[in-house]
Amino acid sequence: MSLISKNVQMNDDLRNLSLSGHVGFDSLPDQLVNKSTSQGFCFNILCVGETGIGKSTLMDTLFNTKFESEPATHNEPGVRLKARSYELQESNVRLKLTIVDTVGFGDQINKDDSYKPIVEYIDAQFEAYLQEELKIKRSLFNYHDTRIHACLYFIAPTGHSLKSLDLVTMKKLDSKVNIIPIIAKADTIAKNELHKFKSKIMSELVSNGVQIYQFPTDEETVAEINATMSVHLPFAVVGSTEEVKIGNKMAKARQYPWGVVQVENENHCDFVKLREMLIRVNMEDLREQTHTRHYELYRRCKLEEMGFKDTDPDSKPFSLQETYEAKRNEFLGELQKKEDEMRQMFVMRVKEKEAELKEAEKDLHEKFDHLKRTHQEEKKKVEDKKKELEEELNNFQKKKAAAQLLQSQAQQAGSQQTKKDKDKKNFFFM
Amino acid sequence: MFKGPVENKNEAAMSELVPEPRQKPVVPMKPMGINASLLGYIGIDTIIEQMRKKTMKTGFDFNIMVVGQSGLGKSTLVNTLFKSQVSRKSSGWNREEKIPKTVEIKAIGHVIEEGGVKMKLTVIDTPGFGDQINNENCWEPIEKYINEQYEKFLKEEVNIARKKRIPDTRVHCCLYFISPTGHSLRPLDLEFMKHLSKVVNIIPVIAKADTMTLEEKTEFKQRVRKELEVNGIEFYPQKEFDEDLEDKTENDKIRESMPFAVVGSDKEYQVNGKRVLGRKTPWGIIEVENLSHCEFALLRDFVIRTHLQDLKEVTHNIHYETYRAKRLNDNGGLPPMTVETEENHESNL
Repeated sequence: MSLISKNVQMNDDLRNLSLSGHVGFDSLPDQLVNKSTSQGFCFNILCVGETGIGKSTLMDTLFNTKFESEPATHNEPGVRLKARSYELQESNVRLKLTIVDTVGFGDQINKDDSYKPIVEYIDAQFEAYLQEELKIKRSLFNYHDTRIHACLYFIAPTGHSLKSLDLVTMKKLDSKVNIIPIIAKADTIAKNELHKFKSKIMSELVSNGVQIYQFPTDEETVAEINATMSVHLPFAVVGSTEEVKIGNKMAKARQYPWGVVQVENENHCDFVKLREMLIRVNMEDLREQTHTRHYELYRRCKLEEMGFKDTDPDSKPFSLQETYEAKRNEFLGELQKKEDEMRQMFVMRVKEKEAELKEAEKDLHEKFDHLKRTHQEEKKKVEDKKKELEEELNNFQKKKAAAQLLQSQAQQAGSQQTKKDKDKKNFFFM
Repeated sequence: MFKGPVENKNEAAMSELVPEPRQKPVVPMKPMGINASLLGYIGIDTIIEQMRKKTMKTGFDFNIMVVGQSGLGKSTLVNTLFKSQVSRKSSGWNREEKIPKTVEIKAIGHVIEEGGVKMKLTVIDTPGFGDQINNENCWEPIEKYINEQYEKFLKEEVNIARKKRIPDTRVHCCLYFISPTGHSLRPLDLEFMKHLSKVVNIIPVIAKADTMTLEEKTEFKQRVRKELEVNGIEFYPQKEFDEDLEDKTENDKIRESMPFAVVGSDKEYQVNGKRVLGRKTPWGIIEVENLSHCEFALLRDFVIRTHLQDLKEVTHNIHYETYRAKRLNDNGGLPPMTVETEENHESNL
């Protein structure tokens, strides 16, 4: 560990000093909190549950507001995740709340792959954060954190036990996100059935090894309240945004012919407990657990998957840098190999093309020669013919000349011997 | 999916301190930002209390470095700041102890508690700075120490299985002691601050301010500020990191009164019926915490009561990030190997 030069001295045992007056660093938590307040907080909730089980209504009730959303249909071909972000402000605290809904969960005939889009979404958020963290120039302090801090799993109020879809999904999610199971539409279960239902669910979760979120009990101030609340898990909730007049106050409730179910009445349902646990006591802890446990696990797995290790087979500490370097060399080597291959292929192709072209050239030359020869032969023929014709012409001319000479001679001697001519003529014509 | 280190090199072309635009989260659907109005109390503001409780449980680290020639009162000032015997004073030194030949770095850690808040305070002393005849490059061991702390943190951060809370030994604040000559800054002062203002938060302090009168003090401070500005030295709080108008006005006021002219003392005297920290002289008692005598109280409030967290944040978000970006860039995307791990590397090839 001695990266420090020889001139540096550090003491490992820390002395506890007592102060002789007020220094003032007890304002440090305030300074820290002020910084965070000015930046705002992020909180992301994932709601997993069947269509129509009351996810949107519960969110509206929890955050005392109407998040606009149309109810989903039951005809979805697969599970889709829909994320909506809202900015809420209370006193001087700004909260960037993101609510992610699973649309179409539990509607398909074949639900084998229902959990997959959910797991993919959660992993994608971790991946985005990891990418930002691994960047060279990064800005983590104003990064909008989209990682899921809490997953509310809505259990259908059958009164019997968990569905196998629930078990499978929760098992897949428990190492990736803080799961808080809740029983939805709890006003359909009677009090005594509810107690049995809750214990059945908890024992099933335990026997299947599903790790749900444990409310922290290590700090004195919250340990007590967390311990008492944990007993009531899973919380049986009722959601409602409609107000009904009870006594002389308006309260959120559901009106039935046989009575009114008050949402905020602890005897009627566990809504208040859920709100207390989720928001008022453990919001920060949920965020911290997501970052220090679930995210770190994801990061470790991802990096190991990519081939990075902390210790090599001889278990000498192996630094990330070395594997990085080795991987990089490997990558470069592969790149080089690919380049060489491509180059070789290119050269081969060029050669082929060249050979083809040469062939074509040869053909061309041959054709040209052939043509030339033919042309010459033709020329010769033509010339021969020309000569013949000329000879013939000459002969004809000679003959003609000769004939004319004779004719002229005959004419000269003709005038004396016209008779002779006539006779000759007659003779000629005979 | 993970882009290899090769591609990140292109980002180096951008200026270092420009924060990257927010990465678009990889979600199947784009979230819409809607401002929802609340119809009743939810309890979101309790998160402040939750956060406070958590931070008080984990405690804080603070590392402060003091740099200046010997005899300027560094140890006394640190003791006065934290109202306890944080550093052993040089007057406890006997004459036989030699002035160190090179700059030494001595880091001493303490745990102090106040109002339920536990703080691990580390004071890093630099004996030997500026004491030699030839002081060339005497800031180098200091710069090296600061970078080593960044390196240590980076190594921890880059591990696969990381610690839950990485121990923070990075220097959050460096108090630089200026000798109260009354004239101007010495070349050594300028050189040191020029080199180190880029890697650490420097707070210049005029030591032993009881040797100057009020007019001399104001003039000296003005001259020092001017010189620092002319030389392009940005001391903490740096103008470029002011986040909003409120910060800017507050920090402007502080910048106008820096460097603080301080007097340190750990002895108490009776003045007007009260016990105060002070220095007794034939012509009167100089009260350390009296604003009309010296500016110690301003320095204390500034460093401890209002800007302690900010000092840590600027160190983490800006200086450390600059260091990290440089390291990763220089090595084509990975931190370089140190001497120890080089043998491992050879054995693996």
